[in-house]
Amino acid sequence: MADIAGTTAGSAPEAYEAPQAPDSVPDFPMPRAARCPFDPPPALKELQEKAIQEGAPLTRVRLWDGSTPWLVTRYAEQRALLADPRVSADFTRPGYPNRAPRSEGGGGLGFILMDDPEHARLRRMVTAPFAIKRVEAMRPAVQKIVDDLIDDMLAGPNPVDLVEAFALPVPSLVICELLGVPYADHDFFQHNTKIMINRVSAPEERAAAVQELAGYLGRLVGERLADPTDDLLSGLAERVGAGELTHRQAAETAVLLLVAGHETTANMIALGTATLLEHPDQLALLRESDDPKLVAGAVEELLRYLNITHTGRSRAVTEDIEIAGQTVRAGEGLIVPNEIGNRDPEVFPDPDRLDLRRDARRHVAFGFGVHQCLGQPLARMELQVVYGTLYRRIPTLRLATGIENVPFKHDGFVYGVHELPVAW
Amino acid sequence: MSMRVELDEPKCVASGQCVMAAPEVFDQRDEDGIAILLEERPGEELLDGVRDAVAVCPAVAIRLVEQ
Repeated sequence: MADIAGTTAGSAPEAYEAPQAPDSVPDFPMPRAARCPFDPPPALKELQEKAIQEGAPLTRVRLWDGSTPWLVTRYAEQRALLADPRVSADFTRPGYPNRAPRSEGGGGLGFILMDDPEHARLRRMVTAPFAIKRVEAMRPAVQKIVDDLIDDMLAGPNPVDLVEAFALPVPSLVICELLGVPYADHDFFQHNTKIMINRVSAPEERAAAVQELAGYLGRLVGERLADPTDDLLSGLAERVGAGELTHRQAAETAVLLLVAGHETTANMIALGTATLLEHPDQLALLRESDDPKLVAGAVEELLRYLNITHTGRSRAVTEDIEIAGQTVRAGEGLIVPNEIGNRDPEVFPDPDRLDLRRDARRHVAFGFGVHQCLGQPLARMELQVVYGTLYRRIPTLRLATGIENVPFKHDGFVYGVHELPVAW
Repeated sequence: MSMRVELDEPKCVASGQCVMAAPEVFDQRDEDGIAILLEERPGEELLDGVRDAVAVCPAVAIRLVEQ
């Protein structure tokens, strides 16, 4: 999510540029192969293979603006650098990779673009509801949401778009409940989220979408200041009242939680289903088992395999770092594409095979380091309920079109499908 | 030789991954989800879970040291 926000505010900092022949540096990001929509771009995997062969896991890539940050290709260095305090998530730092043109004066997404200690202070204000026990306590309510939506689907038109009928409503309803946002406003926030996370949105358009959401959530925080309940927005309002948080910071935090809370999980539900329908032997495992361990393992493997945050995490280096025999200088940028970290054959044998029974728990689909996804326990639980329920309730579920006709989100900061026509 | 768990609490980012890996050894504070160490010297049967916790902790805040 950080890369989205990094494109909406401030002006481009001066980046350190290493001397290198322009034509030897590959452009980034790279396109996926149309026939392998579930795999990372072939050119990206080739860079990783070359890096493993040559023992040089960091290699330069060229961005749209001509800058040439380091691409971190292997799992081990990805984890090491994302957890290194000399690596900054602050997009105003020199060398921070700009992933798209920026607009002036746009709003950010709060603490995901900050470093500790301020990052930790702000993050800790919203971590409590995502604790394992709190999330587990929500499981029956999520199960009911999933069951009710499946009932509606079965009673409605067939075929149907799974994204609209199921994949988007499930996490939207859950995060609305947690935050205290009225679900009736879902068209408004889903629409603005789509603009935010589309990497071809114009900078002004993206900044306007962030402003719309921040204004909306800022108003809700204001209402809770006057009339608190037990939801997360009220918790933020209380911090504002106590002077620990500005109203603006509370709104930005709420934007982050609302956007990240529904869009990413929705993509995992729809893209995960498309993947399973194309891997019938793996789908059969979920359809024929009610073992929670198998379902939990399937969630981890699908997170590893699909790694929907597919544009690489952006970071700036604040002090020289020696790593794997290479030197990264202060003021240089890093791009960490976790989708190939999760396909690193040194960590995950036969990495391009989807194997729901493998132990994939060490994947980096949620990132790594202090910025690792805050909502991951909730995302995991939602996906466990969904993958453990949908295919058992609708065992004849199938694609209502050829996979080649499914519109994949090649244009998004977060990967997924725009629509998934299914029948049963 | 016994094994001791060390938790560097200020580094914790409340991901809860240790609780998932070794619920007998770790818990989380109610107010902010920061990890709590329940068993500083867990029995042999719990060590695999602790090793998993060490491996998945995003903040590298957990260590398992020989005594």
